[in-house]
Amino acid sequence: MNDSALAVELKGIWKRFPGVIANSDINLSIAAGTVHAIVGENGAGKSTLMKILYGMQKPDEGTIAIDGELKEFESPSDAIDAGIGMVHQHFMLADNFTVLENIILGSEPRKGAKLDFDTARNQINSIAAENGLAVNPDALVAELGVGDRQRIEILKVLYRGARVLILDEPTAVLVPHEVDELFDTLRDLKREGITIMFISHKLDEVLAIADEITVIRQGTTVGSVDTTNQNISALELAEMMVGSELPTPETRGNTIRDEVVLDVTNLSVHAAGGKAIVDDISFTIRSGEILGIAGVEGNGQAEILDALMGLVENTGVVHFKGEDISNQSTRSRRELGIGFIPEDRHRQALMLEAPLWENRMLGHQTMAPNSKGFLLNISGAKEDTQRIVKEYDVRTPSIDVLASALSGGNQQKLIVGREMSGSPRLLIAAHPTRGVDVGAQAAIWDHLRNAREAGLAVLLISADLDELIGLSDSIKVLLRGQFVADANPATVTPQELGTAMTGAGKVSA
Amino acid sequence: MNLRRLGTSLIAPLLGVGISIAVTSIILIAIHAQPLAVFASMIKYGASAHAMTLILNLATTYFLSALAVAIGFKMNLFNIGVNGQYTLGAMAGGAVAGSLQLPTLLSVPITIAVAMFVGAAWAGLAAWLKVARGVSEVISTIMLNFIATAIISYTIVRTSVGHETSLNVRGTALIPESGMLRGIPLLDPKTEIYGFFFISIIIGILYWFVLNRTRFGYDLRATGHSATAARTSGIDAKRMTIITMLISGALAGLVGLPYLLGDAGSYNLNFPTDWGFTGIAIALLGRNNPVGIAVGALLWAFLDVASGQLILEGVPREITTIMQGVIVIVVVMSYEIVRRNQVKSEQKNVARALEKQEVAA
Repeated sequence: MNDSALAVELKGIWKRFPGVIANSDINLSIAAGTVHAIVGENGAGKSTLMKILYGMQKPDEGTIAIDGELKEFESPSDAIDAGIGMVHQHFMLADNFTVLENIILGSEPRKGAKLDFDTARNQINSIAAENGLAVNPDALVAELGVGDRQRIEILKVLYRGARVLILDEPTAVLVPHEVDELFDTLRDLKREGITIMFISHKLDEVLAIADEITVIRQGTTVGSVDTTNQNISALELAEMMVGSELPTPETRGNTIRDEVVLDVTNLSVHAAGGKAIVDDISFTIRSGEILGIAGVEGNGQAEILDALMGLVENTGVVHFKGEDISNQSTRSRRELGIGFIPEDRHRQALMLEAPLWENRMLGHQTMAPNSKGFLLNISGAKEDTQRIVKEYDVRTPSIDVLASALSGGNQQKLIVGREMSGSPRLLIAAHPTRGVDVGAQAAIWDHLRNAREAGLAVLLISADLDELIGLSDSIKVLLRGQFVADANPATVTPQELGTAMTGAGKVSA
Repeated sequence: MNLRRLGTSLIAPLLGVGISIAVTSIILIAIHAQPLAVFASMIKYGASAHAMTLILNLATTYFLSALAVAIGFKMNLFNIGVNGQYTLGAMAGGAVAGSLQLPTLLSVPITIAVAMFVGAAWAGLAAWLKVARGVSEVISTIMLNFIATAIISYTIVRTSVGHETSLNVRGTALIPESGMLRGIPLLDPKTEIYGFFFISIIIGILYWFVLNRTRFGYDLRATGHSATAARTSGIDAKRMTIITMLISGALAGLVGLPYLLGDAGSYNLNFPTDWGFTGIAIALLGRNNPVGIAVGALLWAFLDVASGQLILEGVPREITTIMQGVIVIVVVMSYEIVRRNQVKSEQKNVARALEKQEVAA
């Protein structure tokens, strides 16, 4: 291994988007045959940087050099030609194809008009053997687990001749022993001279696998650490990621009152085929309590929220402030005082091509200050939009611009502000600070805390375990539609919670 | 900002008219006619008091038809069945008006109510099919057009509703003078501007008010913006579909009345039957906005009325059909391009404004 040989060198990369500077003056050098981790918070600019390197986006300024040669990528196929491969966080595999078919899909070897499966199989077997990636080329992908699928994704890019692998949050979907297997694979690949760019925000994992770590904060590279020569702790890394102070979402004191705001008994949601996605769960939330639900995405969280809002068919009984609302419409649930921050803000929470003040009314169009009787109160809605913009620090030149003109974080701030207005008694929130910058995140946490002190009950779902632990008064772990464990936010660590989410371990209540 | 938005929203129609004139000129030259002379003659005729009255009257009909289509378009509901709804409504209204001997102030409102009710009921069938059975309203309304045609023929030819109103023409009983809504000869002493012209202005204002100032209008527009966000916000999609379809059908029921009560006096088998499709084109031109629709209706009516003049110039009158077609295609395409650019330029403007703010801070 030659230390001076740089597989990838980025110099002075700038990328601006409407409303945000995603990358400013990014400088990155990755030595050949190493694992180089890129860490940063959500929205720090990691994914933009990755897209630039993979040819999905063109930088406004700056240069990219691969193996010392300056390159300009017009599209991912240029990047692939230059030997760069990307393993996406969400797998892109055809379930009804075999491993072999998936790997060659798009670059099939041919013999005349026929596909040359034999050559392909030999080639794949030899790549797999060289890199320690054990797969059966003839297995059907539908029957394989997550770890196997990830190996196929890696094989797919190696098959296309990649020498530089970009792994986007590769461990997000893996259980702990699969993570270990992945790391073994990565070490094998490194031995074969493959360069690996490992994008993550899980600092323990990064410290375990990376030879060098580059930290990105607010769109720019703030420093690199060579872990083979330097000692750095996860805490020090975290502080590099967020700047000097670490904002914590910690709630102060116990504000839980006696009054039960939400009482759910035997709630079930069934998929079209009859399979239970939410399987007979019960829970209560009291006034001034934040109940967090932890779970790997897709275990029924979204369906619980939709059921509570009356958006999906469900069985079970839901009492809100003592009143049975099981058969109430979504609108009357909102009118009774339930605020809702849905998971997918573009599809569920915004009219992208309508001005901000019209978006302020969405979901609240039957309530003051947005309407009086059957008439809209436009001036009232506009005034209140100004208030939200101010209180929640929504960065916009005016409330007349279309919602699509705002950055994701600012859209989210508007939604949170909207759902918190009109003093709701219950807030159902999915990922309330997703895509929001650190400062605004702290502000949203403050708003939630204050509302909790004032007696708001909150059902919180978040992929950000620190947020979940910091804000919640109690946490329930959801796995395959059922609560499998309770966790005490005062004592549980994100690691323990993460393990419980996969069903691998138990947490103490 | 608003002035700029208005400016950009004018680009598409102007482009449409411009390209349409260019294409028509090429065709005129190809058939050895002189474009300038032809256009001059159309405009000269169109500016006469008589032609202007005809244009206003025809535009009234088109305006109502386009409003009926537009209210559905606003929530991505495609009522292609205005033809069936208005012909049935006009026949029912004509039959009722022809059987009444009441003062105008009673007879005309009753006729209007009957026509609107029948139009709404016919559209309601399609709404029910969509909500209860998941049938696309595009298919059902088109099919209902054919059924309406058959019902009308049967009713007028085979039942006692039909009479021989003039030689060899069967229709509903002639409406007595007291049942007609006569107009006023405002521009041309010999031709009246339909009374419905004034009614349609009021309906246009109502349409704007309901869409932009009421909760119902907000729900309707929200559904059009994003069906998923509308649902999450608590809007009942099925209820919206039914109500909107009923309103669309009720408006469609009005489409035949300006001509029926202002001129024809009886619904007969020669009554025009495709004003509904014209309404679709004009709703597209006017972008579902009442002022835009009014302008589109006037333009369309002008081309229709002035086309009669083309024969005198030795040019086939179908030239105007080409013009209308080109206008619609170009306008619809350029609206989409303008819209996309607007979204992008707004994003850029916001970014720039924020950068300035940050520099200032």
